[in-house]
Amino acid sequence: MIPDLGKYADAVLGSYAASLGLITALVAWSLWRGARIRRTLAEVEARAAKAKEAKRNV
Amino acid sequence: MSLWEYANPQKFMQLSRRVLPFVAAASVLCLLGGLAWGFFGTPDDYKQGSTVKIIYLHVPAAMMAINAWVMMLAASLVWLIRRHHVSALAAKAAAPVGLTFTLIALATGALWGQPMWGTWWAWDPRLTSFLILALFYLGYMALWQAVDDPDTAADLTGVLCIVGSVFALLSRYAVNFWNQGLHQGASLSLDKEENVADVFWFPLLVCIAGFVLLFLTLVLLRTRTEIRSRRLNALLARERMG
Repeated sequence: MIPDLGKYADAVLGSYAASLGLITALVAWSLWRGARIRRTLAEVEARAAKAKEAKRNV
Repeated sequence: MSLWEYANPQKFMQLSRRVLPFVAAASVLCLLGGLAWGFFGTPDDYKQGSTVKIIYLHVPAAMMAINAWVMMLAASLVWLIRRHHVSALAAKAAAPVGLTFTLIALATGALWGQPMWGTWWAWDPRLTSFLILALFYLGYMALWQAVDDPDTAADLTGVLCIVGSVFALLSRYAVNFWNQGLHQGASLSLDKEENVADVFWFPLLVCIAGFVLLFLTLVLLRTRTEIRSRRLNALLARERMG
């Protein structure tokens, strides 16, 4: 399926591999960090709500 | 309704949650469609052979590397003048995306340059100004990490962004200013003689749209994360104070 790239195959395929690799790494890092902070924030917000509730019941 | 309403983090979160899936889907469609069209559906160039296929990555990445800095400059100016936190966080969110595009432009440029110019690198005005732009991106990101107070960090990085804009502009116009070095002039032009042939131009346009949409997707996604991170730090500080 890959077109005949002739003597420049390394340069062309290398460019696509490097670019797609960098983009994939950036997207994966952004999604991972987003999910981690969302999860931690939910935990801290739940803790804060519980502490507020406990203070009100005292 | 005013644009400034979206400086409110809650409003921004609501709008970005609705918009993000559509922008992300459009970016995947344009990127995959444009790259597949360029890679499989276009002929070799009579001078450059199959290396012309690198244009679909190199040109959009280089364009967005400069435009990302311009977006960061606009957001930093909004922060410095109007003190809207979302704009400072959007600038912070855009920096790693801009750096990635700069690295793609440098890497694909080297891989393209080697068979065409006989060298991976030359201290040519455009290449050198792009390398300096990459260093400015790194410095900008390091400065955000180095300063504990987020408002001070936003102030300092805002000033750095203004200084770095000189190099962003130089990267764009270096070829015209000095008219020397190995790098050619603009590939995209309204002048029919100067512009690339239509057979390469149409898939290139789709790839450019894909890169613009990818930038928008990642900046929205990362700005949402920065807003959450800011709220998380505020809550943790409140917890520590008891």
